[in-house]
Amino acid sequence: MKNTIITNNLNAYFGKTHAVKDINMKIGERVATAIIGPSGCGKSTFIRCLNRMHEVIPGTSVRGDVLLDGKNIYDGDVDPIELRQKVGMVFQKPTPFPTLSIYENVSVGLKLNGINKKSYLDEIVEESLKKAALWDEVKDKLKASGMSLSGGQQQRLCIARALAVKPEVILFDEPCSALDPISTTKIEELIQQLKQNYTIVIVTHNMQQAARVSDWTAFFLLGELIEFGKTQEIFTNPKDKRTEAYITGRFG
Amino acid sequence: MNREKLIEKTFFLIACSALFLLALITVFIFKEGIGIFLKIGFAKFIFSPDWAPSQKQFGLFSMIMGSVWITIGALIIGVPLSLSVSIFLAEFCPKKIARILKPAIELLAGIPSVVYGFIGVVILAPLIREYLGGPGLSVLAGSMVLAIMILPTVISISLDALHAVPKSYLEGSLALGATRWQSVYMVIIPAARSGIIASVILGMGRAVGETMAVIMVSGNAVRIPHSILEPVRTLTSNIALELGYATGMHREALFGTGMVLFVIIMILNTAAYVFTKRKVRK
Repeated sequence: MKNTIITNNLNAYFGKTHAVKDINMKIGERVATAIIGPSGCGKSTFIRCLNRMHEVIPGTSVRGDVLLDGKNIYDGDVDPIELRQKVGMVFQKPTPFPTLSIYENVSVGLKLNGINKKSYLDEIVEESLKKAALWDEVKDKLKASGMSLSGGQQQRLCIARALAVKPEVILFDEPCSALDPISTTKIEELIQQLKQNYTIVIVTHNMQQAARVSDWTAFFLLGELIEFGKTQEIFTNPKDKRTEAYITGRFG
Repeated sequence: MNREKLIEKTFFLIACSALFLLALITVFIFKEGIGIFLKIGFAKFIFSPDWAPSQKQFGLFSMIMGSVWITIGALIIGVPLSLSVSIFLAEFCPKKIARILKPAIELLAGIPSVVYGFIGVVILAPLIREYLGGPGLSVLAGSMVLAIMILPTVISISLDALHAVPKSYLEGSLALGATRWQSVYMVIIPAARSGIIASVILGMGRAVGETMAVIMVSGNAVRIPHSILEPVRTLTSNIALELGYATGMHREALFGTGMVLFVIIMILNTAAYVFTKRKVRK
């Protein structure tokens, strides 16, 4: 299997707090990799290092390498703006742009790149909404505000928005924790489909979710990578005692 | 009655007294001013440009236009300035600099208006006279001084509005590959729109209501200005300049001016209130 992302001794800090410690991980191409662990274990910080969103917060710093297709994204000549189009991200809370319509929310990423051709935009909007399993629900009201949708629909709108710029990797930062069970199921099914074509990394505090959607699972604790392996093995036959304690619900 | 109840009632009474004073002022202004509307008619009082108290001519239109010109001028100069400052402070400014800049701007609000007027008379008016012509004391001088005086109001309220935009909006936009400025322009400003509009309206209220500095720098001639270099008199100046010696109908006309101002300020404040209460569009 080809690896899309490789991290070498990746460390992340908030001021003096050492949030992510010496992570070495190989994330496979077109599979879903889940990151699990208790609150505050550094899992969100870790994936925010993968598209350089960590550095957006003032006072933070990163040490180590993250190779995307062999190229270190922390090299001086890498533009974080371009990188973030290749490595899309979906957040915990749905974040559609409040003043834009559904159509504009999806097309905005392309417009940022100076693409304005209406026919092309129409095509991409439709394609992205279909991929995000939202097209049938919104095709008659593309002009409505993105905020008029339900929470689960908003989250799928954000996925469509990320898909529109044709990313290679999509990072999900607890995408379902603000959603109801039905919406959660839909997003999970969607992730199952998306991993055919995209490399997926999903942070979740919900272990069942990790077991359902991912092929590989990494267990983080206090900023360290404790165990990383095939999801099935992590959940049925964990090698580390701490992993076992966590997945059997003894802490966290 | 127990202690708690007593304290509660006491505070309630004191709070009511503030409202009572407001009501008293309102009633007083209207009682003193309503006569002029009845005597010369609403339309004539508002729309006649002739103000000559010695000939019993009382028309406010020149002063209304004076207030409008000066206020619009102040907004044209002051609003871009204020919004640039608050956008810079909220989104681009390093924390250390913001810690100095913000109190400095708030300090502007504490400078007495007569000091602004003084600087306007001594420095601004001669500069305008020399380089642009006219008497110097003019719409332009008034607008420039007022533009600076509304800065703290507009900046602090629009800054609050920008700060109130959830961080997640910015992150969502950055994660999509937008630059900082694109995110601010596309997401943050639209999301803070109602608060920003409210800040401009409150700044406008401040500009309409300001008196001392305006009297000092804008010349106070009773006529409708045709250029920004001509002197004007505003509604507030009109009252302050003449109330000292006014009697009878003249006095009523000045209270009538007060009523007009009162209504304008009420409308502006209500509009600002409506905009601050309005949440992000559903």
